[in-house]
Amino acid sequence: MAAIEVDSLEKSYGSLKAVDGISFSVNEGEVFSLLGPNGAGKTTTIEVLEGLRDQDKGKVSVLGFDPWHNGYQLHEKIGVIPQGFKFLDYPTPKEAINYYATLFGVQVDANELLKRVILEDAANTWFQNLSGGQKQKLGMALSLVNDPKLVFLDEPTTGLDPQARRAVWEVIRKLKGEGRTVMLTTHYLEEAEELADKVAIMNHGHIVATGTVSEIENKYGSGQKLSVKGSMELVNHLKENTHLQVEWDVDGTVSIRLRDKDDAIVALGAIEESGADWRDLVVRRDSLEDIFLRLVGPEGKEAGEGK
Amino acid sequence: MPFSAKRLLADLKVYARGNLRSREGFFFTLIFPIILILLFGAIFSGGGSGPSTVYVQNQDAGVNVGPAHVNVGLQFIQALNMSYAESVNNTYPNHPIITPALDLHGVPAGDNFTQYLTSHSSSDGIVIPTDFSSAYIAGKSVNVTVYGNPASTTSAIVSGITREYVNAFNVFGAQGVHSVGVTSANAVSNSYKYIDFLVPGLIGFAALTSPMFALVNISSTYRRDKVFKLLSLTPLTKTEWLLSKILWYIGTTVVSFCLMSAVGIYVFGAHITFGWGLPIFLLLGPFFFVSLGMLVGTISNSPESAAVVGNLVTFPMMFLSGTFFPVSAMPMYLQNVAHVLPLFYLIDGLTNVMIYGNYTPALLDAGLILVLSIITFALAVRFFRWRED
Repeated sequence: MAAIEVDSLEKSYGSLKAVDGISFSVNEGEVFSLLGPNGAGKTTTIEVLEGLRDQDKGKVSVLGFDPWHNGYQLHEKIGVIPQGFKFLDYPTPKEAINYYATLFGVQVDANELLKRVILEDAANTWFQNLSGGQKQKLGMALSLVNDPKLVFLDEPTTGLDPQARRAVWEVIRKLKGEGRTVMLTTHYLEEAEELADKVAIMNHGHIVATGTVSEIENKYGSGQKLSVKGSMELVNHLKENTHLQVEWDVDGTVSIRLRDKDDAIVALGAIEESGADWRDLVVRRDSLEDIFLRLVGPEGKEAGEGK
Repeated sequence: MPFSAKRLLADLKVYARGNLRSREGFFFTLIFPIILILLFGAIFSGGGSGPSTVYVQNQDAGVNVGPAHVNVGLQFIQALNMSYAESVNNTYPNHPIITPALDLHGVPAGDNFTQYLTSHSSSDGIVIPTDFSSAYIAGKSVNVTVYGNPASTTSAIVSGITREYVNAFNVFGAQGVHSVGVTSANAVSNSYKYIDFLVPGLIGFAALTSPMFALVNISSTYRRDKVFKLLSLTPLTKTEWLLSKILWYIGTTVVSFCLMSAVGIYVFGAHITFGWGLPIFLLLGPFFFVSLGMLVGTISNSPESAAVVGNLVTFPMMFLSGTFFPVSAMPMYLQNVAHVLPLFYLIDGLTNVMIYGNYTPALLDAGLILVLSIITFALAVRFFRWRED
């Protein structure tokens, strides 16, 4: 059964169409990542799914509920960390968890929950004195107080240092291991590659690609590439003496598209034959970032900070 | 979602803890009320500029002089009614502004005068005795009784004007004999001091400022920081959230009341009555101002504009509702403004209960604040949005 089903969802703010007829579904137990540059419509989509915003058109079902009209029933079954998670200044993580537990009417071992999100060391520190990473971890802990089947994480690692980011990833992996469904929005493509079972790339309110990371790479990628650091002279030699498709980047990277093994042998022979200086030979496939940039344009990389 | 006292109390606990942990919260809850009462208690009242309200009882039976029935008491009152005050006219310096000095209100001859004054929350009055006309005409000694509060500036004005008119009547009276005198009296056993009026005023001030400033700020910053969205994802309801704030500010108002009363009584010797009507006002004040603060913050777009609107609503109330100075000491047009400010009715009610022990007008004040509170609370809950901005 699908945990989330979205059909032709539309949402506008005045004349701005933030979400323009998107459809997708998320299966139970899946980590689904919504990618896109800032302003693509990710947060609006997530907030409609959480019941924080009403949709203009389309059909949305989350764990079988209409999120806007059955908010209270839905909220007992989901956990949420909103984008840029902030809380009251003075509760400690332990007090915040106990507060949430009373609100949800559940019994929770606050120490155990803090251990799960790797925050036990700061259990008695006021929220305002926690680091950015610790605050995000508290957000995660709070989103788990009601033992949710589905967790929404809206850019949970934005602004965190690499170490804190990896600690949050570890928690997300644990959630997946426990069989929970995770809806993750991020503009760190590496995060989606690491964690997501399925990915949807949004741009200007539309979904421009969806599937597993490898499905997207196969469908939208340009296959394998051989690249070396070299000069324009090398590029000219390859273009004049082979049938290969060759590109040159301003940073001195010469990229040669490989359709098959023979292309690789031809490319290596021609490079050697050119007599030009070259180094750093690498063979790689198009990454999700390459595809993302191709689909949403370079401004997406700037807005979304890239990898 | 059905109402849950458990959720309300959990929210109250978190909010209370936050306030006690924050230096600002601690200062405004416990220290600020003491500073206020010490500061203003040390300052004595200034002068008034509007006509002083005076209750007059003419017991004079009059006397028959030939075919005519003469009532000198009535003539004395009519003369008092023509008393006026002059003030400088800045626009036309040669034409001073003339305003009535006294605003006379008649009291039926058969009524108990001191009870009448108390029931009208006033200390200023004049009683003309039964034999006033006959004594005056015969040149016998007779006294007009002037009721007042020795500490009140309005009482001093009333007493001064009355003495002037008594002197004038003596000059024009029978053979210039100084037969009419003035006896001073107090309406109640305690004479009121400025501090007596200041304590209820400052309790009203505390009931206004803490919840208004806090709620205006919270309602806009919680929205900016998405804390409301976060709370909307829990079973906590808007009503429970707002009620928990009301409970907290009722608590802080009671604490302020205790601190201010203690300082008022033990430092300045204030005379305060702790009647059963007090809790009504200590509940209703925060109820109204929490709701009003929330409403003001809700209708503002940003924390900055909320602060501006909050100040526009709060400051006139702070200074024009009788907080620091009695409303009767203000010019008439400002007294009219005061009567449309909700804080006026809170302070008036507190004054009626704490000073005069006068419950009928206090209950009217309470009824008005209750109606306003219910309307404001309903509007605040209606317009304050957890979810979609």
